[in-house]
Amino acid sequence: MRAAVSFAVLSLIAVGLALSLGHVPFGIDRMEVGRYYLTHGLADTGAANLVTGVVLNYRALDTLGEVTVLFIASLGLGVFMSLSGPRNGGKLPPTSLIVRRGAGFLFPLILLLGGYIFLHGHLTPGGGFQGGAVIASGFLLLYLGIPGLRLRHGPFTATESIAGLTFVIIGLIGLGVGGYFLSNFLPKGSPFALFSAGVIPILYVAIGLKVGAELAGIVANMIEGGEEG
Amino acid sequence: MNAGNPMFYVGAVGLILIGLFTVLTKRNLIKIIIGLTVLDTGVNILLVAIGYIHNRTAPILTQEHLDPTKMVDPVPQALVLTAIVIGLGVTALALGLAVRAYRHYKTLDTNKMRGLKW
Amino acid sequence: MIYIALLNVVMLVAALFAYYLRDLIAAVVACAAVSLLASILFYLLQAPDVAMAEAAIGAGLTTAIFVIAIRRTGRYEE
Repeated sequence: MRAAVSFAVLSLIAVGLALSLGHVPFGIDRMEVGRYYLTHGLADTGAANLVTGVVLNYRALDTLGEVTVLFIASLGLGVFMSLSGPRNGGKLPPTSLIVRRGAGFLFPLILLLGGYIFLHGHLTPGGGFQGGAVIASGFLLLYLGIPGLRLRHGPFTATESIAGLTFVIIGLIGLGVGGYFLSNFLPKGSPFALFSAGVIPILYVAIGLKVGAELAGIVANMIEGGEEG
Repeated sequence: MNAGNPMFYVGAVGLILIGLFTVLTKRNLIKIIIGLTVLDTGVNILLVAIGYIHNRTAPILTQEHLDPTKMVDPVPQALVLTAIVIGLGVTALALGLAVRAYRHYKTLDTNKMRGLKW
Repeated sequence: MIYIALLNVVMLVAALFAYYLRDLIAAVVACAAVSLLASILFYLLQAPDVAMAEAAIGAGLTTAIFVIAIRRTGRYEE
C-alpha cells in the first residue's frame, strides 16, 4: 500500500518536473544578472575567479548564512555525541607500521594542499569550502591511520570560533567604512596577483580555517563519541 | 552542438525521483538518510545544468584575454557551492540523531520507533 | 554525445543499487559512486569549483561519516 501511494506521488512529481523543464531548454542563454556579474566582475571585485566574486562580494550575506548553518550543525552533533553515555567499543582495527608512519608523513602535506587551495581561491578554482574539506580529509586520514588517537577538541573549537568572529568583524568594519555590511574596503590591487581583490582573500582564509576545523571536529566527534565528562 | 541535450536533465530528475522513493518506502533510518543524500545530489545537478550555455567555458579568468561574455552563468554555481556544504551538515546531524536513536530504541526500524510511524 | 548519456545511465544504476542493496556498507559505497559521477558531470557542465567541492565533500567526507555511523549501529537492514 505504501509503495503504491509512493508511486502515485512520485509519478505526479515526475510529470510536474517534466512539464516545467520543458519550458527551460537546455543550453540557451537566459541570464540577466549573470551577464552583469560576468562583464563587471573583475572591475568591481578584483577577483579573477568570478564564482568567488559572486560568493564573497555580490552574495556575501548568503555565505554568512551558510557559515551559520554549518556552525549549528557542528554544535548539534557535538551535543548529541557527548550525551551518548560511555564510549562504546568500535575500536578501529590495528594498522601496520607503514600505515601509521605514512599517515603521519602525509598529514602536513595534505594540510599544505588545503591551505594552498583556500589561499588562491580568488585566482584559480577552489576556495574556502573546498580547502576546508581537504583539511578535514587530512584529519580523517590521521584518525584512520593511527587507531585509538584522541585529539583535544580545544584547538578545533577555538579555531572555528576565532575564524567565524573574524568573518563577522571584517563585515562590520566594511559596514563602517563602506556603508554596507561586508563591503570590499581594501584596495583591489592588480588582478591575478596573490594580494588582490581587497578583502576577499582574508575572508576565504577565515572561511577555509573555519570549515576545516568544523568538519574535522565533526569527524572527531563521530569517531571518539564525545568528550569525557 | 546538441550534445547531451536532454540527458543532464534526465539524470538529475532520475536521481531526485530515486532519492525521494528511498525516503518514502524504506524503513531503515540509515537507508532513509542515504536517500536524502542522493536527493540532494540530484537537485544540485539540476541547478548547475540549468545554468549551462552551449559552447561557453567556465567562469574563471585565468588570463587577461579570456572574454567574459563567452562564459556560463556563475550564479547557479555559487549557490550550489553553498548547497553542497549545507547538505553535508544536514547529513552529519541526521546521522548523529540516528546513532542516538539506536542507542535508545536498540533498533533502526522506523516502524518500531514510537512516533515515527508512516 | 554518447558518453554523457552513458555517464548519466551509470549514475542512475548506481542510485538504484543504493536503493536495493541490503548491506548498508555496500549501499554507502554506491552512494559514493553517485557522488563521483556527479562530480564528473559537474566538470562537463563547465563548473570546476563545484566539481572540486562535490568530489571532496560528497565522495570523501560523507562516505566516511556514514561508515562511522554504520559501525556504531547495525550493518544489515532488517
